[in-house]
Amino acid sequence: MDPHHEPHSHEIDAHTGIATTGHEWDGIRELNTPLPRWWLGIFYATIVWSIGYWIVYPSWPLISGATRGVIGYATRAAIADDMAELQARRASQAAGLTQASLEQIKADPNLFRIAMAQGKAAFGDNCVACHGVGGAGGKGFPNLNDDDWLWGGTPDAIQQTLQHGIRVATDSDTRISQMPAFGRDGILKRDEIVAVANHVRALAGLPTDAKADLARGRQIFADTCAACHGPQGKGNQEMGAPNLTDAITLYGMDLPTITETITNGRGGVMPAWGPRLDPTTIKALTVYVHSLGGGQ
Amino acid sequence: MSLSNAAGPRRSLWSKHKIFETNSIILIIGVLLVISVGGLVEIAPLFYLKNTIETVEGMRPYTPLELAGRAIYVREGCYNCHSQMIRPLRDEVERYGHYSLAAESMYDKPFQWGSKRIGPDLARVGGKYSDEWHRLHLEDPRLIVPQSIMPGYGFLFRNELPLGEIGDEMRANRAGGVPYTDEMIAAARTDLKAQATPDHPGQDDLAKRYPKAQARDFDGDPGRITEADALIAYLQVLGTFIDFKLYDDKANIR
Repeated sequence: MDPHHEPHSHEIDAHTGIATTGHEWDGIRELNTPLPRWWLGIFYATIVWSIGYWIVYPSWPLISGATRGVIGYATRAAIADDMAELQARRASQAAGLTQASLEQIKADPNLFRIAMAQGKAAFGDNCVACHGVGGAGGKGFPNLNDDDWLWGGTPDAIQQTLQHGIRVATDSDTRISQMPAFGRDGILKRDEIVAVANHVRALAGLPTDAKADLARGRQIFADTCAACHGPQGKGNQEMGAPNLTDAITLYGMDLPTITETITNGRGGVMPAWGPRLDPTTIKALTVYVHSLGGGQ
Repeated sequence: MSLSNAAGPRRSLWSKHKIFETNSIILIIGVLLVISVGGLVEIAPLFYLKNTIETVEGMRPYTPLELAGRAIYVREGCYNCHSQMIRPLRDEVERYGHYSLAAESMYDKPFQWGSKRIGPDLARVGGKYSDEWHRLHLEDPRLIVPQSIMPGYGFLFRNELPLGEIGDEMRANRAGGVPYTDEMIAAARTDLKAQATPDHPGQDDLAKRYPKAQARDFDGDPGRITEADALIAYLQVLGTFIDFKLYDDKANIR
């Protein structure tokens, strides 16, 4: 057949009785099978449905805005309502929490229960990444279950730490102190660091290197370290200086780790949660962290 | 054999349509016209409607170091597992903070909203963790998050950040609409070094060009500027530009 030949359309196929499109390739003709009625029905129904949608919901863009729709739906209004509803539902339980002082929360079993529940949820969202699921911490991230506190374990001290963080450059009320890099900055020589590191182990009641000059280490400690860690190495929570005499340690008490600490200094950072969480959540977190084990 | 006369008007419509079916160029032009109607109605209004081009106080272009970190974020395919889009849903707002605004992606070319959350959303991860946390976590995620399935990125700490490309990167972003000035591009390398080096004399100029830019040693190695410096600087600025205590939600309801 000549490809440019105008095909005869609307022929009826003999086998099926259905009209063809008139297209023919090598004697094979294409059936012009109509779309199923159910399909067409749904197709037209969705078009009608979309007109309803235009009327009910915001849809058509105009010059200065879009049509608003008769129910006045807006995503931002919806989330605002949703959050307000959440606040309202919590308010019946948490109104006391917002107003009560930390002491009052501790004294009131009902408030305490609410604070613990809210604190636990907030801890899971924000704190476990560093302090661990159970608050047990890790190297460089303090364990919150023990009674050894770097910056104080009273409810007020915990709240202050949560609110303003530790060594947060952007927060003027942040807790700040800096352990110098005694080795890197050339304040102590290598052998002096070894001596004082052994003295630190002695302070904690740990075995020391037999060749260590403990008397010299004690002297260097008194001259260099005692200002923050105290003459007995008991630490000072005003400066976040850890107690060196107990078995609880943030980075490790083996000789290489102590040497590394003295050589390069330490300065862990905790974010300030004030800008991120609301005051009630911080209060609940305070109660929760205080309860974890070592609250003072 | 032909169909009955009742098909007469249908038949004329068919014969008009035939011009599209038998001429591919006309078909293509027709398809483009139909699609452009959809495009005009759905896309064009986004460029002029006031409520879709909301400007928000606090947005600034990324610093050269942050921009380099963003390029590493894209290169490593972080968007395959992390979104940067907090949807306006209660559970997301409760977990991640204020829902994302379109304006917060205005200097992202292209945006990093992502579509999968194998890991958590990162739209507001800036300031949530310490640099030290990011260092340990990038090196070996399971060190601090035992259940994590994120790969380790320790090599970022060993790769020096190539400084030669940053000017071109900024020029490319400028071509896409990010308002980098000639001065910013000329100072790109100095600004980049200033932000990653403690006590660098260029930090005042950096802060003038990029308000509230945080400058410090991000990767724990003050002597070198590595890819980790750039990536951590980028992560630490995500979602921190806008002060939501000053943002009026109600004024922007739509």
